[in-house]
Amino acid sequence: MVGKGLNKKERKGATVTEPAWVRSLLIAIALAFLALFLLLPLAAVFSQALEKGWEAYLAALKEPDTISAIRLTLITAAVCVPLNLFFGIVAAWAIAKFSFPGKSFLITLIDLPFSVSPVVSGLIYVLIFGLQGWLGPWLQAHDIKIIFAVPGIILATIFVTFPFIARELIPLMESQGREEEEAALTLGANGLQTFFRVTFPNIKWGILYGVILCNARAMGEFGAVSVVSGHVRGSTNTIPLQVEILYNEYSYAAAFAVASLLALLALVTLAVKTVAEWKMQQTITAAETER
Amino acid sequence: MAWSGRKNNVLPGFTPALGYTIFYLSLVVLIPLSALFFKTASLSWDAFVAAVTAPRVLASYRVTFGSSLAAALINAFFGVLVAWVLVRYRFPGKKLIDALVDLPFALPTAVAGITLASIYSQNGWLGRYLEPHGIKVAFTPLGIAVAMVFIGLPFVVRTVQPVLEELDQEIEEAASCLGANRWQTFRRVLLPTMLPAILTGFALSFARAVGEYGSIIFIAGNMPMVSEITPLLIITKLEQYDYAGATAIATVMLVVSFVMLLCINLLQKWSRRFAE
Repeated sequence: MVGKGLNKKERKGATVTEPAWVRSLLIAIALAFLALFLLLPLAAVFSQALEKGWEAYLAALKEPDTISAIRLTLITAAVCVPLNLFFGIVAAWAIAKFSFPGKSFLITLIDLPFSVSPVVSGLIYVLIFGLQGWLGPWLQAHDIKIIFAVPGIILATIFVTFPFIARELIPLMESQGREEEEAALTLGANGLQTFFRVTFPNIKWGILYGVILCNARAMGEFGAVSVVSGHVRGSTNTIPLQVEILYNEYSYAAAFAVASLLALLALVTLAVKTVAEWKMQQTITAAETER
Repeated sequence: MAWSGRKNNVLPGFTPALGYTIFYLSLVVLIPLSALFFKTASLSWDAFVAAVTAPRVLASYRVTFGSSLAAALINAFFGVLVAWVLVRYRFPGKKLIDALVDLPFALPTAVAGITLASIYSQNGWLGRYLEPHGIKVAFTPLGIAVAMVFIGLPFVVRTVQPVLEELDQEIEEAASCLGANRWQTFRRVLLPTMLPAILTGFALSFARAVGEYGSIIFIAGNMPMVSEITPLLIITKLEQYDYAGATAIATVMLVVSFVMLLCINLLQKWSRRFAE
């Protein structure tokens, strides 16, 4: 048991907490820091978005360029998230349920896109598919556009969101061990039945957690997409790029109106993530008490 | 947990699962990343050195790494404080605050960028009070550090928090019974236990700041030699069709990320050993 369960006030013999004034002071400093760096920006997005009233806000969102940016962002996420979800589950199955040499190296490689600058992530696709790149001349001869077009945006987004789901599921599935799956197989279930009836219920909240974070990044990625997009209005602009264009044109209210969509997405992401975390904790505790 | 070898494992699907993992990893990550090294290898050594040590490039390293270091230090200090307050104290709205700490992970960088720029600009919510006192944040290197503090904030909190939660309060009692005051207990007993986690969080926050682009360019002012970050310089070179120059600088950035990743892995191994 961790000391958490014991009431601090009941332990009179030893001091394990600070005087009340120190506690209040530390809480005040922490809250002030968080208010300054988190709450203030969050409030500013919505306040600036609504600066010119609801009508202007809605009008900014109904702009054809904005609508096409929203559509492209949704398409990008709809392609990237399922691909990385499938990969995440498969990779977690191989890594968490089996032991083999080079496992920790493989995990490091999967984490790689997290540590690469978004700009570099975009650049590598330009080096492959761009006009001066490896496949550039061939692609041009066959009239296939990848860079400065939608496929480039999707590829760069797949790269930056690559680790999210896998790195969430690997530790979760490792912590659950193999006993339940082994029991199912012994009782005659086949591999897929075992996965869907036994493994999946145990990891569904972990999947939701990974998917929601992967989706947030896929919809909000800026640096990598900015390198490969070419910023063609109405055709290769995602929501974050549209925010940049509006901002650089000094249409601040419109820029913040579009940005507020992404801020709302962030808030929904945080809410779902908190619930998923709580549910995962419940699943783990339930599993532990059963044992 | 008893890890029996592959042979004793009755679970199906190892070969196809591992095969697909390696295939997809190669296709999406390894082959594209290798393109960067092949492109760089086509440069002569002198051209490479000239490209990555031009005065404007060196200035951008100074801005990027200097601001990242400052931001990571600020985050290390306040991150420990926030983690401490969240784990040890009770106050209204704590759950909400705890969830909100991850906002920089969830909020797209471009949104963070324009928002911070507007808050700290001359007429912004904070800028209007800071500028009369001669503190210019927006469009200066200070603004870069502010953006980096924002995006790096969750890392230290989220690495230190679980360590603090797991900590057995009996050692604190022991320290107290042996006559240590509260500050001594913190400095001599708690801080050393948290140190690996703090360093990991610091390194994660630093690594994130070094590569960051979206949240910085709006607030940085982007003046060459003064407030131009390295990722922006890569984009500038690309826009001028200087692919070789962009690739050379990107290789330096990538090597730095690899080194950081290695350090972070070692730190995490160290903290795990520490925990046991």
